[in-house]
Amino acid sequence: MKGKKTLNKTSKNNFITMGGLLLVYVIVLILKEGGITTNLINGQLVPICAYMIMAISLNLTVGILGELSLGHAGFMSVGAFGGVFIGSLMQQVSDSKTLCLLVAVIAGGLMAALAGLLIGIPVLRLRGDYLAIVTLAFGQIIKSIVNILYIGLDSEGLHVAFINKPEILDDGKMIISGSMGVVGNRKLSTFTFAFIVLMLCLIVIYNLIQSRTGRAIMALRDNRIAAESVGINVTKYKLLVFSISAAMAGMAGTIFAFNYSTVSPTKFDFNTSILVLVFVVLGGLGSMRGSLIAAALLTLLPELLREFSDYRMLVYAIVLILVMLGTNNPKIRDFFAKMFARKKTAKEENANG
Amino acid sequence: MKKMKKVVCFGLISAMMLSAFAGCGKKSDSGAIRIGGTGPLTGGAAVYGMAAKRGAEIAVEEINALGGMQFELRYEDDTHDAEKAVNAYNILKDWNVQISLGSVTSQPCVATAAETYADRIFALTPSASATDVTKGKDNMFQMCFSDPNQGSASAQYISEKKLGTKVAIIYKNDDVYSTGIFETFMDKADELGINVVSKTTFNTDSQNDFSVQLGEAQKAGADLVFLPMYYEAAALILDQAKKMNYAPKFFGVDGMDGILTLEGFDTSLAEGVMLLTPFSADATDEKTVNFVKKYNEKFGETPNQFAADAYDCVYAIYEACQKGKVTSDMTAEEVCDIMIEQFTTLKFDGLTGAGMTWGKNGEVTKSPKGMVIENGVYVGLD
Repeated sequence: MKGKKTLNKTSKNNFITMGGLLLVYVIVLILKEGGITTNLINGQLVPICAYMIMAISLNLTVGILGELSLGHAGFMSVGAFGGVFIGSLMQQVSDSKTLCLLVAVIAGGLMAALAGLLIGIPVLRLRGDYLAIVTLAFGQIIKSIVNILYIGLDSEGLHVAFINKPEILDDGKMIISGSMGVVGNRKLSTFTFAFIVLMLCLIVIYNLIQSRTGRAIMALRDNRIAAESVGINVTKYKLLVFSISAAMAGMAGTIFAFNYSTVSPTKFDFNTSILVLVFVVLGGLGSMRGSLIAAALLTLLPELLREFSDYRMLVYAIVLILVMLGTNNPKIRDFFAKMFARKKTAKEENANG
Repeated sequence: MKKMKKVVCFGLISAMMLSAFAGCGKKSDSGAIRIGGTGPLTGGAAVYGMAAKRGAEIAVEEINALGGMQFELRYEDDTHDAEKAVNAYNILKDWNVQISLGSVTSQPCVATAAETYADRIFALTPSASATDVTKGKDNMFQMCFSDPNQGSASAQYISEKKLGTKVAIIYKNDDVYSTGIFETFMDKADELGINVVSKTTFNTDSQNDFSVQLGEAQKAGADLVFLPMYYEAAALILDQAKKMNYAPKFFGVDGMDGILTLEGFDTSLAEGVMLLTPFSADATDEKTVNFVKKYNEKFGETPNQFAADAYDCVYAIYEACQKGKVTSDMTAEEVCDIMIEQFTTLKFDGLTGAGMTWGKNGEVTKSPKGMVIENGVYVGLD
C-alpha cells in the first residue's frame, strides 16, 4: 500500500515536469503566433529543443547509468550528418517536409544508436575513467571522419569519396562536402516537431527509469557486484541504455542540423560535449527536469547577455560559477538533499516492493 | 516541499521569458538607414571581425559627416560559429535592419545568407569568400574574391611569374576557406602543369606543430610553399621553417594578411613572404592613405584587408543607395529590390580595387594584387 503511494509520487513528479514543459510550449507557441516574441527567441526555439534532448539523453547515461561520456556530441554528429544524408535522399522522392524530416530523424537516431552499440560493446567493459577517455576519442574520430567525407548526388547516383572531392555532374549537388559539412540545406525543422520529439524522449526516459529495466540499471550504478550477484546482465543493460541515449542524441543532431542551412563537423567538437555535460551537471545528475531547465537557460543566456558585449562570456562564466556555488550552499543543499532523500527512499521501497 | 520546487521551477521559467522579452522593441527613429552585420568579435577569429567592424565604422562616420544620407551601423558577435551567427542575425532583425553586411567569415555567412535570402534583406559581405555564400541567392553579394578565384589566381600567378618549380601545399582540412582554395588551386595547377610535390594537411587540433609537414616539403625539395590559410598558423610555419633551416619561398592568400600585426610575431620571419591580396596599406593613392591614417589614429594599428573590404562595402552601399534613392522609411524588402538592381549595374572604385563590378551571381570582379613583405611592409609585386 505504502509502496503504491510513493510510486504515484514519482509519477506525479514526472507528470508535473511534462505538464510544465507542455505549458511552456503552449505559451511560447501562442506568443510566437501572436508575433510577440523576438526573432532571436523564435530562432532559438528549435536549438533549445535539440539541446534539451541532448541534455536528457546524456543524463540517462551519466545520471542513471552512472557512466561518464565525454563524446556525446559525436553521436549528435552521426545523427546530424546521417540524418541530413537520408533527409536529402528523401527530398528527391517526397515533397512533404514533415515526412522527410520524420524519416531523417528516425534514420539519424538509428545510425547514432548503431554507433553507440558498436562502441558500447568493447567500451562498456571498461570501468571508470576509461569509458570517459574512449568516448572522448570517439567524438574526435567522428569529427575527423566527417571532415574528410564527401557525398555527392547527381543523376548518375551517389558519389562517396574520402579526402578528395568527387566529380559530380552539373545537375547534382554535394550533400556532405568535407570540412564544409552540409551546405545549402533546406530548413525542415519546426518548433512543434522538435517539441514532439523532445516529449517522446522524455516519456521514454521516464518510463524506462520506472520500469524493471530501469531499476536494474540503477542497481548496477549503485553497486555493480551486488547487482551481478542477483543475476542482472551487466552488458545487456549497459548497452541498452547507452544505445538509447545515443539514439536520442542522434535525433537531436538531425533536428539541429535541419534547423540551419549549413552545419560543419567542427560544430560537434569536444566543447559541445562538455557544454551538454554542463547542462546535466548544473541541472543535477539524474534529474531530467533540472537538465531541461539548465539546457534552456544556458542556451539562451549567452544571447541575453549580449548587452555586456565584450564581457559577455566573462559574465556567462560568473553566472555559471554563482549557480554552482548556490547549489553548493549548505542551506540550499540541505533543501535538495531532503528532496533527494525522499526520492531515494521511494525508490528503495519500490525496489523492495 | 514539492510546492517550493514548483514555485522555483516556474519562477525560473518566467524569469527566462521575461528576460527574453526585455531586449525587444528597440527601434531607431533617427532617420538613418540601418546597416547590420555579424562577425567574430571575440574568440580565435576575432581579429577579422574587429577589423571589418572598425573599417565599416570609419566609412559610416565619414558618410554621416558629409550630411545628406545617414547610416546607422550595428555589428553583432557570432564567434565564427554558424549557430551563433543566426542568433546574431536575428538580433539585427529585431533591430529592423534594412541592409545587411552578411557575416565576416565564410561558414557563418552561409548560414546568415540563407536567412537574408528567406527574409529578402539585401546583403553584401566584406570577406566571406566561399562560393556557397552567394550560390543560388539573388540578393547576396561579395566584396572579396571568392575562394575559387583566389585558388586559381594564385596558381596562375605562380605559374606566370615562374615563382617556383616544385610546389608544396600545406592546408587546413577542417576549414572551409583553406580547403576551398586548395581544391581550386589544385584544379588550376593541373591545368597549368605546376609541379606539386607535396600536399600535407593539419587541423584545428594539430595546428601547433608543423615539423612533419615542413619536413615532407623539404624532403620533396619544394622551393615554394603555398599556404592557403589564416595567418596564425602561417606565423608558426614560418617560425618552424626558420628553425629547420628550410628557406623556400612562401606564398599566401588574403588570410595571410594580418601576419605583421600579430602580437609577439617576429616580423623578420615574414621577410620575402608573398601573398595575393586586393589591398595594401602602404599604397600611395589618396583614398588608402586617408583610410590608413584615420584607422591608425582611431585604433592604433594598421588596417588589414578585412577592414578595407568592410570600408568598401559601406561605400558601395552608399553609392547604390544614392543612385537608387533609398530612404530610411523603406522596408528591407523594398530596399533589397533596389539594391539588387543597382549592384548588378554598379561600377565601384574602392580601396580594394578600381572598377569593381558584380555579376548576377553576386561575385565581384576585380584584379588581385601580388604583394611581397619587405622590411616589415607590403610592397607591390610586379
